[in-house]
Amino acid sequence: MLAAMSGGVDSAVAAARIAEAGHDVTGIHLALSSNPQSYRTGARGCCTLEDSRDARRAADVIGIPFYIWDMAERFHHDVVEDFVNEYAAGRTPNPCLRCNEKIKFEAVLDRALALGFDAVATGHHARLSDGVLRRSVDEGKDQSYVLGVLTREQLAHAIFPLGDSTKAQVRAEAAERGLAVADKPDSHDICFIADGDTRAFLSERLGTSEGPIVDALTGQVVGSHEGAFGFTVGQRKGLRIDHPAGDGRPRYVLSIEPVSNTVTVGPRAALEVRGIVGERPVWNGHVPEPYEPIRCTVQLRAHGEVYGCRAQLSGDLLHIELDTPATGVAPGQGAVLYDGDTVIGSATIASAV
Amino acid sequence: MGTAYLDHASTTPMLPEAIEAMTAQLGQVGNASSLHATGRRTRRVVEESRETIASALGARPSEVVFTAGGTEADNLAIKGLFWARKRPRILISAVEHHAALDPAHWLADNHGATVELLEVDEHGRVHPDTLRAAIERDPADVALVSVMWANNEVGTVQPIKELAAIAHEHGIPFHTDAVQAVAQLPVSFAESGVDAMTVSGHKVGGPIGVGALLLARGVDPVPVLHGGGQERDVRSGTLDAPAIAGFAAAVRSAVDRRADTADRLSILRDDLISRVREAVPDVIVNGHPTERLPGNAHFSFPGCEGDALLMLLDARGVECSTGSACSAGVAQPSHVLLAMGQDGARARGSLRFSLGHTSTMADVERVGEVIGLVVERARRAGLTSVSRS
Repeated sequence: MLAAMSGGVDSAVAAARIAEAGHDVTGIHLALSSNPQSYRTGARGCCTLEDSRDARRAADVIGIPFYIWDMAERFHHDVVEDFVNEYAAGRTPNPCLRCNEKIKFEAVLDRALALGFDAVATGHHARLSDGVLRRSVDEGKDQSYVLGVLTREQLAHAIFPLGDSTKAQVRAEAAERGLAVADKPDSHDICFIADGDTRAFLSERLGTSEGPIVDALTGQVVGSHEGAFGFTVGQRKGLRIDHPAGDGRPRYVLSIEPVSNTVTVGPRAALEVRGIVGERPVWNGHVPEPYEPIRCTVQLRAHGEVYGCRAQLSGDLLHIELDTPATGVAPGQGAVLYDGDTVIGSATIASAV
Repeated sequence: MGTAYLDHASTTPMLPEAIEAMTAQLGQVGNASSLHATGRRTRRVVEESRETIASALGARPSEVVFTAGGTEADNLAIKGLFWARKRPRILISAVEHHAALDPAHWLADNHGATVELLEVDEHGRVHPDTLRAAIERDPADVALVSVMWANNEVGTVQPIKELAAIAHEHGIPFHTDAVQAVAQLPVSFAESGVDAMTVSGHKVGGPIGVGALLLARGVDPVPVLHGGGQERDVRSGTLDAPAIAGFAAAVRSAVDRRADTADRLSILRDDLISRVREAVPDVIVNGHPTERLPGNAHFSFPGCEGDALLMLLDARGVECSTGSACSAGVAQPSHVLLAMGQDGARARGSLRFSLGHTSTMADVERVGEVIGLVVERARRAGLTSVSRS
């Protein structure tokens, strides 16, 4: 088995567990930047020189072979460029989800299988029962959402050894095992944006171009911005609206129109959506493809709220009707469907009404 | 399952006589610079070692400057001679080890040097005409020439004597990194005519962390390390008597047995090449067909990534190297292979097997047994990394 080791505590303990269970384990660290300095993020990211050293050291302690796999080109193409292009198209991508889909469980998995490995293990907090993805027992740390895009075939070769443990248990176990990463801080930010300033990262790549901020209720131009890509549906802060709204209520981003470079804002109530259309659906759970509507729940962003819904597949699209309205549903994010704590499918949000 | 260690060019096991000489000193106190009896005893060990190394390598004892290894010796030669000569041009072969190339580039970035890379042919050889043409563009402005004796990756041996003679026609000092050559090729400092020569302990069966720069009389690099003035003021720092004793014992033995070792290694190496060719008919052997280190076999496996091959071989107890520079562990295509005119893909699909004094026929047989399957798997994996959605 191949253990993908980021240099963090989770993947180190995951590797240690499968090695202890008697599997023949090889550790790998993914080099995601051909110039590691450029993605340097202190101790929080997942692709610094320090992280690769931490991963190597953990592999030494566990007693497994360890190598660095250079995935920089694939990562740049499939994750970083995709991230920039999605923003340019007015959507809000989730790069972690994309990295799982395209890097860890496609590029790495394909290579691993070709080299004779059976599976790829990661330190994600999620469970796999008979090939079906479930939430971690640690609800606060659950990462089933960012894995919801994986196909049945991908899940068949995935191992998540941490799903039955809480983060606190994982940290304690790391300390017991003598893994020096036991008290390393969690990573939060996007690993390839060193300072966490997404807007600056995007304007460096997309350039700035001034455009209007339009109030949906009045149709009036209420301000200007330096690039529609800097905004996310549901965003309230940093709008720099010149004229207060007539109703005196705060304004939120309702939509982003990249061609005319227009950001439309409106009151919170206008953000509420009940219907969501998802594209590129993946059906990966224990229930058959719902060509008739089924009842389930849906999560619309990482660590986001869960909504009761009816879901139905038609053609290449997934239609979701929410029981209660949701706000801040951003095209480009994943919609992951659950039956209880079990993932049954997912799609990328295309539009919401 | 035993391990077939075929990475002697990275480091080779210590010879028993080197371990004995070194451990004998480890229990002794003494600073070779001290004036009392204990200091004198230590100094004697160091000086006898210096004489041993000098005689084994065709040098005078006063020409041996001990360092903490090959990298330091290369840095001292290149930076020190550049500073001493006060001229801008550094002529250096494109296939040098990073320990020589990087100091030159650092001087270019920080001290006004102009680095001119001497091109090599498809086998990795610097032609005398190439050096002559480079010098004659402006002989008065050349600070030094540096060309390695034998290449660490592909094993190609350079025409050092000829190259040094050309530099001398213009009074330019010539440095050679000979860390791979000693113990495998006949190396005489005096006969070669070079002015400065880098030697390393652990490449010849001595300890890691000790080496020497041989410096001809009248060749005085500016020091890189300043301090107590040891080693004729060129290299300060308390002399590491145990390591130096081990180094000298290793050089003595390795040079004494060199001819036999070279014969034995070239037979094993040729056998390894034919076994690999049999299992992988489209394999390409890199380096010079005849002018090469007897223990070096360097291959390109079309369609494979070198790091995949290395991992699969490692899992089967065969230890070799991709021979490429690793910064942050990310394999870059070898600058040596690129300089030899190979494309990036072929350069990335390369492996170096290097044999040494402990290599056996069983090691070679092991490679023959596993290389076919390993290459087949690496090829399948190579296909996955080029196809992307």
